Amino acid sequence: MEKQRTEEFSLETIWDGFTGKTWKEEIDVRNFIQSNYRPYDGNESFLEGPTKETEALWAQVMDLNKKEREAGGVLDMDTDVVSTITSHGPGYLSKDKEKVVGFQTDEPFKRSLQPFGGIRMSEIAAESYGYEVDPFLSHVFRDWRKTHNQGVFDAYTPEMRNARRTGIITGLPDAYGRGRIIGDYRRVALYGLDRLIAEKEADKSNTDKAMMNEKMIRKREEISDQLKALHELKELGNIYGFDLSRPAQNAKEAFQWLYLGYLAAVKEQNGAAMSLGRTSTFLDIYIERDLENGTMTEVEAQELVDHFVMKLRLVKFARTPEYNELFSGDPTWVTEVIAGVGLDGRHMVTKNSFRFLNTLTNLGPAPEPNLTVLWSTKLPQSFKNYCSRVSIESSAIQYENDDMMREEWGDDYGIACCVSAMPIGKQMQFFGARANLAKALLYAINGGVDEKSKAQVAPEFRPITSEYLDYDEVTQKYDQILDWLAEMYINTLNIIHYMHDKYSYESVEMALHDSDVARTMATGIAGFSVAVDSLSAIKHAKVKVIRDEDGLAVDYEIEGDYPKYGNDDDRVDDIAVELLRSFMNKVRQFPTYRDATHTTSILTITSNVVYGKKTGNTPDGRRAGVPFAPGANPLHGRDTNGALASLNSVAKLPYKESLDGISNTFSIVPKALGKEDSVQQNNLSTMLDGYVKTGGHHLNVNALNRETLEDAMEHPEEYPQLTIRVSGYAVNFIKLTKEQQMDVLRRTFHDSL
Amino acid sequence: MTDSPIGYVHSTESFGSVDGPGIRFVVFMQGCRMRCEFCHNPDTWNMGGGTPYAPQELLDKALKYKNYWGEEGGITVSGGEPLLHIDFLIEFFKLAKAAGVSVSLDTCGQPFTYDEPFFSRFEELMKYTDLVLMDIKHIDNEIHKKYTMHPNTSILDMANYLSEIGKPMWLRHVLVPERSDYDEHLERLSAFIEQLDSVEKVEILPYHRLGVYKYEQLGIPYKLKDIDPPTAERVENANRILKTHKYQTQ
Repeated sequence: MEKQRTEEFSLETIWDGFTGKTWKEEIDVRNFIQSNYRPYDGNESFLEGPTKETEALWAQVMDLNKKEREAGGVLDMDTDVVSTITSHGPGYLSKDKEKVVGFQTDEPFKRSLQPFGGIRMSEIAAESYGYEVDPFLSHVFRDWRKTHNQGVFDAYTPEMRNARRTGIITGLPDAYGRGRIIGDYRRVALYGLDRLIAEKEADKSNTDKAMMNEKMIRKREEISDQLKALHELKELGNIYGFDLSRPAQNAKEAFQWLYLGYLAAVKEQNGAAMSLGRTSTFLDIYIERDLENGTMTEVEAQELVDHFVMKLRLVKFARTPEYNELFSGDPTWVTEVIAGVGLDGRHMVTKNSFRFLNTLTNLGPAPEPNLTVLWSTKLPQSFKNYCSRVSIESSAIQYENDDMMREEWGDDYGIACCVSAMPIGKQMQFFGARANLAKALLYAINGGVDEKSKAQVAPEFRPITSEYLDYDEVTQKYDQILDWLAEMYINTLNIIHYMHDKYSYESVEMALHDSDVARTMATGIAGFSVAVDSLSAIKHAKVKVIRDEDGLAVDYEIEGDYPKYGNDDDRVDDIAVELLRSFMNKVRQFPTYRDATHTTSILTITSNVVYGKKTGNTPDGRRAGVPFAPGANPLHGRDTNGALASLNSVAKLPYKESLDGISNTFSIVPKALGKEDSVQQNNLSTMLDGYVKTGGHHLNVNALNRETLEDAMEHPEEYPQLTIRVSGYAVNFIKLTKEQQMDVLRRTFHDSL
Repeated sequence: MTDSPIGYVHSTESFGSVDGPGIRFVVFMQGCRMRCEFCHNPDTWNMGGGTPYAPQELLDKALKYKNYWGEEGGITVSGGEPLLHIDFLIEFFKLAKAAGVSVSLDTCGQPFTYDEPFFSRFEELMKYTDLVLMDIKHIDNEIHKKYTMHPNTSILDMANYLSEIGKPMWLRHVLVPERSDYDEHLERLSAFIEQLDSVEKVEILPYHRLGVYKYEQLGIPYKLKDIDPPTAERVENANRILKTHKYQTQ
């Protein structure tokens, strides 16, 4: 039962010192930020180290980490409580030390049971770590309460099942939460829940007189679900002793309110990516007010940030081994974007931008939260160099081009997962994993027959029978295959998202959105550089086909050399641009569920390894089973003209044709950035400016020596916090599978002498 | 463009971070007369070979990276020995300066001479050169001869000349144990550097073995087989004697 609190509060007192008007009249967090944030141009010298409490808590976490690793990856798991916003009593590390509280279950490191996406996934996850889901609960979700997964498989066509099995499309969110939705958790702190509930009630009653067609009925049901979630969130506050019905009164409450909003989301959903949004500059406004009032010190401000970030690092989901193979290292993509520039031209770096990055020093490097700096050439140099410094020390930051994204999305967008930009609280995406364009090329050559399973996956058509591949013939057939693939892919995604809305609706996340949101249908591409290089080989060299006894093309011999993607060579980079455009145009032709806008991304995360495993020999000379390059990267070792040539190639891909993001992972030996620390920092900042100016979208920066990674493979116990950026996120290196670790080692480490 | 001089380029690096300030496009020219025992680029020695480039063509290649140069970076021409291509360099640097690019010359100084026609050409080149990076392999002429097959007189002349005309210089010394790492010589080198006026930076480059495989590939006997890279203590010692910290540029 929800406890009614009658505590009196006055908005004048709570919002005292905040200026601006629009945000008070309507829900408009952006307007609040723009009216109140203070750009900070100084350097990092004001930053404070960890407090004793922070150190003690982090030591506790590291100890639990160790125990979890020793226990085989999972320390504890719920098997008989279904996770909901209010399912668990309070959980703490050390209650008296924590400045921000709340865990997904009643204990840290205990993974919750989230069967709404699919009971099978929950059962397998439990079994693989030696647990068993309560048989009664299994019965409930198998027989009485249909899940998303069941819905999807009820509707899948045989062709879709085939495509899924052979891996021409993989990683589809059809058995677990789709994620990639960012609630505007700041609203909880700024407005309090009573106000948010009142607004949603008004939105619902606005439809009372509407004609009840399918769209309207769905809307009313969804708002009702959202209202229920907001009431539950209030109850979650009560569980931890906070009155979320009113707005936060100070910085400490603002962090706590916002975090509980986020916690409700991860209690309700085990989405692949559960991103946080754009909170640091928002929260800085509260800290600035408290610092000015004298009710808070810098030490306390940093402590609050450290404890908040510590909580974000401890978000955990129960996953299956198969999932881990795809997205290795237990990622949750608690992506937080930092900095950027406002539409009025003021940069949005605040002291809190520094404090968030400083957690990588105070607590040591970690993959989560997925700290993403929105880079602009207009950011202050002091901040740029600080970012570079932390990057070089931690390899834990990713950078995304704010100068380019601001034009598309304004100045209050966040990043879901790795590279997917969306205005906070106003837009969501239907996550669509990725299609394997390298395999599709093999289908083009083999008349739609899968080169590994030999099954006819695409509709049958005449295979190529010539001894040498002819570029025009291949591209014409490739075009046909891509038409088929685009249609089948969009249809598959339509089914998935229809069912997800129906059976596993993200009610609390959507409650923290406007009632009318924009939606994107986010397709994705894997095997990009392999497809591009294969086409280049066919065009510029001679590629001879080797066929097996059934006449199936199974291998290729290349005579002569050909230009390879990643060397700033237009002869092949033009093929890359053309392939992206062509794929995107095909995708756009097919109608989407809820009229979502079509987008695509070139992002594989760590699934490049699994995709590679499922794909036969390719005409670029890559052997069967060998991993693809991650994201939009050139294939390992083929970018031989140096770091900038490699960056230039990727930057040629037009963002407008890939609005869900173009991921590039860059590894450089620290010494190659320069000799002195200050030179290294300057050079990295200048390089990032250059990539942004050239039109690059995203860059993971790793400053590492290969030897460090090799040593970490040998002695994992000595590297508990070694972090490395992969495609779109960072991972704890020692948590990667052996195969993934080898893949990271094979990548190009830019060096210069 | 038909009679523009052609330069022979061994290779280029788009992301040079140690040969001059900022991020630089580094051009390695083909050909060198010196035969430094420690050289890690023996593949650039041969006077034949290399890829021919017209000055504008090479500049176009470099300008693809200008977004990454910021305020400090630019182009460095290294080698091989770039001064062996001085006519090409003059045209190349002239074009680069016209495009607003900062240019550095990384040379060992061996071809330098006050004799004509070289000297006038060199004066011309210096008009378009922002910074000269120069290696002084050894201060003692006799040892220098043994060690590089050439005397150091033209090299020291060039340093003195650059000092006279106030051309900014970064001086480097490759520290090789048992060759160029005796305190006595380091002190003489230090005294020489101290009497120069326009030195902005002095760097110790510790000898490394990363080029050894090239000797094997080229079938050239490698004379430093038994010599290990200098210890951290010896590098620090050389830094102290050459007062490298005094020359930190801002």
